[in-house]
Amino acid sequence: MLKITRLNKAYSNHRALTDVDLVVPQGMIFGLLGPNGAGKTTLIRIINQIIEQDSGTVEIDGKSLSPDDIRKIGYLPEERGLYKKMTVWDQLIYFSRLKGLDQSEAKGKVKIWLEKLEIGGWKEKKIEDLSKGMAQKVQFISTVIHEPKLLILDEPFSGFDPVNAEIIKNEILELKAKGTTVILSTHRMESVELLCDHVAMIHKSRKILDGTIREVKNSFRPQEFSISLINLLQDLPQDWKVRHDEDRAFNFSLPLNGRSPNQLLKELMEYGEVMEFKEKVPSMEEIFIHQVKATQYE
Amino acid sequence: MNKIFLVIQREYLARVKKKSFLIATLLTPLIFPAIMGIFVWIAVSERENQSLRIIEVIDETGLFFMESSEQYAFTSSINDPEEAKKMVQEGERYGFLYIPKMEISNPKGIQFFGIENPSMSLMSYLESALKRKIEDQRLYDKGIDPTVLKEIRTQVSIQSVTLGESGEEKINDATVNYAIGFLAGILIYIFIFVYGNQIMQGVIEEKSSRIVEILVSSLKPFQLMLGKIVGIGAVGLTQFLIWVVLIGTLTTLVTGVLGMQMPQQQAMELANPEMAQATPDSSELADILMVIQGIDFVAIVVNFIIYFLGGYLLYGALFAAVGSAVDAPSDAQQFMFPITIPLIVAYMGLFVFVLQEPNSTTSFWLSMVPLTSPIAMMGRISYGVPFWELALSIGLLVLGFLFTTWLAGKIYRIGILMHGTKPTYKILWKWIRSSQ
Repeated sequence: MLKITRLNKAYSNHRALTDVDLVVPQGMIFGLLGPNGAGKTTLIRIINQIIEQDSGTVEIDGKSLSPDDIRKIGYLPEERGLYKKMTVWDQLIYFSRLKGLDQSEAKGKVKIWLEKLEIGGWKEKKIEDLSKGMAQKVQFISTVIHEPKLLILDEPFSGFDPVNAEIIKNEILELKAKGTTVILSTHRMESVELLCDHVAMIHKSRKILDGTIREVKNSFRPQEFSISLINLLQDLPQDWKVRHDEDRAFNFSLPLNGRSPNQLLKELMEYGEVMEFKEKVPSMEEIFIHQVKATQYE
Repeated sequence: MNKIFLVIQREYLARVKKKSFLIATLLTPLIFPAIMGIFVWIAVSERENQSLRIIEVIDETGLFFMESSEQYAFTSSINDPEEAKKMVQEGERYGFLYIPKMEISNPKGIQFFGIENPSMSLMSYLESALKRKIEDQRLYDKGIDPTVLKEIRTQVSIQSVTLGESGEEKINDATVNYAIGFLAGILIYIFIFVYGNQIMQGVIEEKSSRIVEILVSSLKPFQLMLGKIVGIGAVGLTQFLIWVVLIGTLTTLVTGVLGMQMPQQQAMELANPEMAQATPDSSELADILMVIQGIDFVAIVVNFIIYFLGGYLLYGALFAAVGSAVDAPSDAQQFMFPITIPLIVAYMGLFVFVLQEPNSTTSFWLSMVPLTSPIAMMGRISYGVPFWELALSIGLLVLGFLFTTWLAGKIYRIGILMHGTKPTYKILWKWIRSSQ
């Protein structure tokens, strides 16, 4: 769907992107991660043709990005706003027409979406009279109204209460089911794990991580097992850092250190009854923090 | 192109639909005459209420007799200047005019004493009265009889007539031309400021509410800027045209009413200008009405629209650039300076040079340089401007706004996406030079 090759962008005082390659597969939710100032917004702005890259290419459906592709993309920026004095209806018609819909097309679509998100009764209200959550819904509609093939969402859940966040999450999943490709840029790792199929991480202008959630997690496996034993047969070695809980279970974790999991399990059986033997899988949050710290001191 | 039109449409409708627009548009043509009416009323009632001012005159030559007017009375009750000064100090007299012994061929040493500074009109009244007396006296000394002098003295007022290319004659009046130039110039000045500010506010609104990020993902920043400038300009034009219609209707009504009240003869003169020319002693009102009828309002309105649009586009782009560079209206002040200065220069130039001497070199250049021409040319237009000068000035103005629009576009496209940094002129210069 989207292919980015050796993308570079520098501002007068710093580099925003350095040789970034990315492939966003069709119909997936692609998590774009990275701390503040990493270059995500620059990348998103280049895809949206708001700014131009210094070098490198962006291809959409195998063709170089052109002004006509604006219609294919829906963009919800992190910092967003609406005209306060305009009515919900006028506003949505305006934004959909700017995306290239004609008048009657726009009217029909706006009507459908207002009903869908249950704000049809508010269409003649000005944005300044709406609650924040309501305005966010209008904003979301304005992003998807022209049925983009590629949806770029920058922190889509900020400002939503849990109920509305759930509604938006379901809308995103529905759009994905219809074949829309979604780029999701967020700091909320729990929504990344929940929604994303594929992630890439940018830090200090470079891509430092790329792959499906499973691949990424696999590559960050610390080769450690968390273990729980009861009914000890002999004393555990001092250096195992054992925690003792109320159920009189002994909890600790051990690295494989070249052993296979089965070998380790066999060893453990000599110490007591194995109640739990589970490989440690890092959360996306842990990977995120680990990666940012690891590149901090380069 | 289609997208620019959408932006124009939004900017236009968002403003024209506002109640404040309707009120301002309908009330302004009424407010201006109302304010002028109030001034006239105050001036008239002040004159009526003014007590007669008594001025003591000591004339050691014995030649001058000062005629009293409605405002000033002249007396000669004493002969001692010191005593006269005392009377002024004690408030018995408004002033004291002292004419010492002097050669009539070399009048020197005339003094006026007063507690406050005498008004300009009093001084010129005294000066012209004395001047006439001295001249009369000198003529008398050369042997001309005062009764002959009286017979000779005539009131002359020149009727200025310009000849058109095809020989048609047009009656002019410097005062009316002045008034038209004055009004048109000031109107353009106000329009540029009011609507330029609206552009700036609009840009800042879109920037600070972050709508702009969504907008520029749908269209180019330059399209957005141009659409906004043109849309708001259309609002200004709408307002102006409504005013023209309103004022035109009002004027027709007022002259209609006046025409009915005028004596039959004058009304006929109005209807038939040739007859009026034949009888030069027709009343002043009829003269002014005739002059107004002689003015080519269509040409003035058309030129006004051209220069309004040109000046508005030129400055509008700059206002947009300033709006894009700052985060809040309060930060805009530092960049307003280079916009305000040429406008004020044009405004001052209008009064100091253009309206005084419409065809002087300074007036010419003020009406050629695009930054000042929209205001300066308005001061000249009613006096008549050669076609080539108009064409050159308009051509330069077009080049001027193309340049400022290009310049503003460079600042705008970067400025609208910048938050939190307070730009300086150095940074703006960097934006202009950067290719991206």
